Amino acid sequence: MKVSLSSRGSFRFDGKEIPFTPGQTIMDAVLAAGEYIPHLCHNPEFAPHGSCRVCVVGVGGRQVSACTAPAAEGMVVDSSSEEIQGTRRAILQMLFVEGNHICPACEKSGACQLQAVAYYTGMLAPHFTHFFPRREVDASHPDFIIDFNRCILCELCVRASRDWDGKRVFGISGRGLASHLVIDSPTGRLGDSSFAATDKAAHVCPVGAILPKHRGYEVPIGERLYDREPISLVGDVAAHEEA
Amino acid sequence: MAEKIRVATASLAGCFGCHMSFLDIDERILDLVELVEFDRTPITDIKTIGECDLGLIEGGVANAENVEVLREFRRHCKILVALGACAVNGGIPAMRNAFELKDCLEESYVGGVGIYNPGIPNDPEIPLLLNKVHPIHEVVKIDYFLPGCPPSADAIWTFLTELLAGKPIDFPYTQIHYD
Repeated sequence: MKVSLSSRGSFRFDGKEIPFTPGQTIMDAVLAAGEYIPHLCHNPEFAPHGSCRVCVVGVGGRQVSACTAPAAEGMVVDSSSEEIQGTRRAILQMLFVEGNHICPACEKSGACQLQAVAYYTGMLAPHFTHFFPRREVDASHPDFIIDFNRCILCELCVRASRDWDGKRVFGISGRGLASHLVIDSPTGRLGDSSFAATDKAAHVCPVGAILPKHRGYEVPIGERLYDREPISLVGDVAAHEEA
Repeated sequence: MAEKIRVATASLAGCFGCHMSFLDIDERILDLVELVEFDRTPITDIKTIGECDLGLIEGGVANAENVEVLREFRRHCKILVALGACAVNGGIPAMRNAFELKDCLEESYVGGVGIYNPGIPNDPEIPLLLNKVHPIHEVVKIDYFLPGCPPSADAIWTFLTELLAGKPIDFPYTQIHYD
């Protein structure tokens, strides 16, 4: 799309001037300007989903999700106040207690976007009462495992499989608290589906729910993506995956 | 000289790794004992707790004795701290929450590999297990949380020195991790 200079606008983001072109979301413009807004269900390669709410920002006294809210001329966006960071922290704490996120036992630890975003918001503890849900681990596929304990329902694998791989291997079933990831195969198991290690869906999970087998600790703990530098500097884990 | 800060520590359903990490502050412990007096802790081997300013709790709550010790610490400590992943969210021991307690016991003492004299221990001196392992903030109010498996000696040192100095506690990025 050809955009004339006159159609460009700008808005204020934590005091900084951010340029945008019409049609861009706040998230698009901020990431393009090299700034950061925390996010989990957003991946620039896919249509915005707006479900995890971690990218909440303050605009004109309201809270909106930056990945779905269009940028507008002259708007003032707050992404760093304690009110906004506190809202994000509470959302993350709810995600942590809703699943089973035992970081010391997780192969993804250190390169996990849920962890990294939680570090970014200053989360020290999950605060709420844990659900300790009983969920399955599916190791039926030769190359990948799915640990449903860690799924945060971001639907990136659903979108990747449907929109990129043209397979629809994944879907979300149930409503509200009963929402859960399901696999399209006769048995409901990954090994009996058309899922392949080369699928885009195999390389977009922001947490340790979809993991390659046989490579768990190739990169030692302490030398992983978010071990030394925050996610605001190194970016999404999916952007560092070789597909 | 001002009276020393009294510190107590305990390991509940943990592995003592957090206490080992605490000892990894190495010779800095000499600076620490200038400021603090250790009360009940595995380091002094004192078994009963007195009135304390600070309590550090490692491990989650897995049995009736853990509940009793934790409540006793809460009663006697002005500030109570969850030290490490298990105290913060249950950690590795909480992975048993994915199973019925009965199944865990039968796997360990009845039907598991290499078991002699099968039978679930029931001596009255053995604390009764809870159905689930809980983070300590689900049992008593906790004032500070220091995550990590274990929190590094440097993180523990930052926490203690800034707390004792009465400052807001500010950790460098690399000192806060959940693993």
